[in-house]
Amino acid sequence: MAEIKASFFIECDELLESLQDGLQLMDDGEADSETVNVVFRAVHSIKGGAGAFGLDDLVKFAHRFETAMDDVRSDKLEATHDVLKLFFQCGDILADLVREARDDSPHDPSSTAQVLNEIDALLGSSAEEEAEEEVEFQPMTLSLDLPGIDADPTPASEPSYTIVFEPENELYNLGNEPLFLLRALRELGDMIVTCETVSLPDLDQLSVETGTMVWTIQLTTSEGEGAIKEVFDFVDGICRLEITENTPPTAYLLPDIDLAPELPPLPMPPAAENLSLEAPSAAAENTFLPPQLPEAQPSPSGPPPATYSKPKQAAPAPVNKPAPKTSGGATTPRATVRVDLHRIDRLVNLVGEIVINQAMLTQSVEEAGLPPNSTVRTGLEEFLQLTRDIQESVMMIRAQPVKSLFQRMSRIVRESSADIGKDVRLKTEGENTEVDKTVIERLADPLTHMIRNAVDHGLESNAEREASGKSATGNVHLTAMHRSGRVVIEVSDDGAGINREKVHQIAVEKGLVPPDLQLTDTEIDNLLFLPGFSTAKEVSNLSGRGVGMDVVRSAIQALGGRISITSERGKGTTFSISLPLTLAVLDGMIISVAKETLVVPLNSILETLTLTPSDLLEFGPETHVVNIRNTFVPLLDLGAELGYREPLSDYSGTVVLLIMQEDGSRAAVVVDAIEDQRQVVIKGLQDSYGRVPGIAAATILGDGKIALILDPVDLITQSSGRTRPSSNLEKIAG
Amino acid sequence: MTDTSKTPDIHKDGDEIELLSFLVGGQDYSVDIMSVREIRGGAQATSLPHSPSYVRGVINLRGAVLPIMDLAKRLGMQEEQKNDRNVIIVVAVGERTVGLMVDAVSDILSISEEDMQPPPEMRADQNRNFVSALTIVNDRMIRVLDLNAVMPETNEEAA
Repeated sequence: MAEIKASFFIECDELLESLQDGLQLMDDGEADSETVNVVFRAVHSIKGGAGAFGLDDLVKFAHRFETAMDDVRSDKLEATHDVLKLFFQCGDILADLVREARDDSPHDPSSTAQVLNEIDALLGSSAEEEAEEEVEFQPMTLSLDLPGIDADPTPASEPSYTIVFEPENELYNLGNEPLFLLRALRELGDMIVTCETVSLPDLDQLSVETGTMVWTIQLTTSEGEGAIKEVFDFVDGICRLEITENTPPTAYLLPDIDLAPELPPLPMPPAAENLSLEAPSAAAENTFLPPQLPEAQPSPSGPPPATYSKPKQAAPAPVNKPAPKTSGGATTPRATVRVDLHRIDRLVNLVGEIVINQAMLTQSVEEAGLPPNSTVRTGLEEFLQLTRDIQESVMMIRAQPVKSLFQRMSRIVRESSADIGKDVRLKTEGENTEVDKTVIERLADPLTHMIRNAVDHGLESNAEREASGKSATGNVHLTAMHRSGRVVIEVSDDGAGINREKVHQIAVEKGLVPPDLQLTDTEIDNLLFLPGFSTAKEVSNLSGRGVGMDVVRSAIQALGGRISITSERGKGTTFSISLPLTLAVLDGMIISVAKETLVVPLNSILETLTLTPSDLLEFGPETHVVNIRNTFVPLLDLGAELGYREPLSDYSGTVVLLIMQEDGSRAAVVVDAIEDQRQVVIKGLQDSYGRVPGIAAATILGDGKIALILDPVDLITQSSGRTRPSSNLEKIAG
Repeated sequence: MTDTSKTPDIHKDGDEIELLSFLVGGQDYSVDIMSVREIRGGAQATSLPHSPSYVRGVINLRGAVLPIMDLAKRLGMQEEQKNDRNVIIVVAVGERTVGLMVDAVSDILSISEEDMQPPPEMRADQNRNFVSALTIVNDRMIRVLDLNAVMPETNEEAA
């Protein structure tokens, strides 16, 4: 059961994704009827699955959302921008509920209440809602709102009839069953049945004795009106029956949309069960209908040309649309295989091993002194090439499109813009760009921050925008692309751009730069990344909480990435993040300390220097600081911190790495020697041993030995700072 | 790694249990052979900072990071003079794989279930908890190691 549930949640994620896509398309005005269906289906499937697992909160909300969607689908409600805004909110809440259900965290009803009220206001009344609960597990069918199109493409000669059938109470009292009548009608020819539930009262007023439903049937048959009447012979007088012959539509020569497979056979067995259980209840009556009924076009007997115009518009639409957009929906899923992440990681590990092995092999061939053109050497060359290809392909397996990340960002834009009353539109591009899964996970926070920044600081208020001749709605663009072996993600806004005078002034006020220093535009822009810099005059709800762009930058750097800004006054600002394609490989500096070899991530090292006696100052009884260009940086002895050795008696002449921490503070870390600088394959320690303080992971060096990769930030936070041998004999660790 | 046995210590093969016996600090110990993945020569381990003294470090086992435990130290024996001819028995316990550093591997024994005795309660020895059963082969007492008890605790902080 747990497994099934897990796969339900995986499906939910996919469904929520297609829901988002669909809503976006609708918002962009590029939706066709199928898009609406995709959205509807997504909500419906979530509801169905949630029902099966007894996730009541989820079912209830999904149901209300679905009801609203249904109105849009049946053209009762126009999908205006405001309506869609509400739907986006619904989608967000649905995602929240799914997450809550998955994590078993309690649901806070107040969060959904407001949106539910809005939905109710939108629908006018939630009258039919409760009654429709019965329908929820019916199978979904597609393209239901194309009434009047017959399965048979050449029925032009066959007359069609519009039949309105309203059973009276007496009909039910005598034990008649509308379903059987409808089935009998179906024998005559193809038909489309619409059930009107408008007069259905609220559940509390619903009387099981009273039938309130009216069916409208579009029947195409050659049998003639008499045959139709014959069907209703037995209920003559206890129902209202109107049979009108439709004028033969000339527009029958539609593009040959073959809907035959989508007209479902009447699903009898389950309905029959319901029948026996809840026989005369009008609510239950609903379940007798073929599944398309509740979703079908409610307007009865519209003149045929009007009815047919809809599919006509819909049909050509996908052809004109750019391919990526259509592939976004659930319509054309790419063939994929779900693979356990562990298996992939194992494969990645093994490939890493091949790389190491091949390096060793190369070394021994070298040592064997074989001539350069020997077969062994050329074979090795090819092996080298193959290894590289394999490594790349394996890394691609871990890659995922950034789409899910971007969808989260569109939510951030919606929420943050609503908070501060700006109209903001997020455009995303390159959603299918693939990045390592871990990168995607760890990019969420910095990207959220950047998006909020763009909405809050980047864009002007609506009024200011209009005053400067821009559209009131601000635009934020989120773009992802591959560029020269790295992934570039850009966040740009069309706001006012960076006010460089102000930035410079603030930096001077805060003492971050000397007042007389002349800075280039780029240098000023980069001041934004300084810790403790925030241009927001008043602290808004969104940003200015003290965490600034410096946190974003360090998060990006932790991923081995870089961030840069370009800005044009009055035109907007663009932040550009460049990331490595994978986290499985890291650029590291190979160092040695106390005869151990360690790897320090290169991006954490600001500089390396050799200490002179004048640099070194005693601080406390057991600590030192280093004077680096008149700033004092704590000195840490790596060997002592890791418990490899006691602190040295004299540190002058030793090599130190100047390491930058996330908060911008620095530390000088003493090592014995710097050996090399190279790419290393990262191997986790967590699974085999557990967490080791100060150590991020391990790697295997060319000689086959394991070297530990330092986590400089963790090391510094946990450090004792002891750099002088003490009389205290307490050892740190074995 | 294929998953073979869930209860590594007592594996039933009819009524016979196969044990891999080895020497640790001059004493005879054994483990259920079904939990043994491989036996390999000692390699130089990369020591882990802030680890308990019985954790020798990690070695490269065909691309996997394998923690190595000094079994003599783990069992609380007196410091043994280190010879380089130490042997590493790679064992799988549950999801984890560790290497046990022992003096030498002696034999593979088939012991019937009836010949296994529960260990007596001995409060003074700290290694009592590491032995799940005792048996006698050729007049020598063989201790069956409780691998679960031997495993280092995860997330063990600095001593």
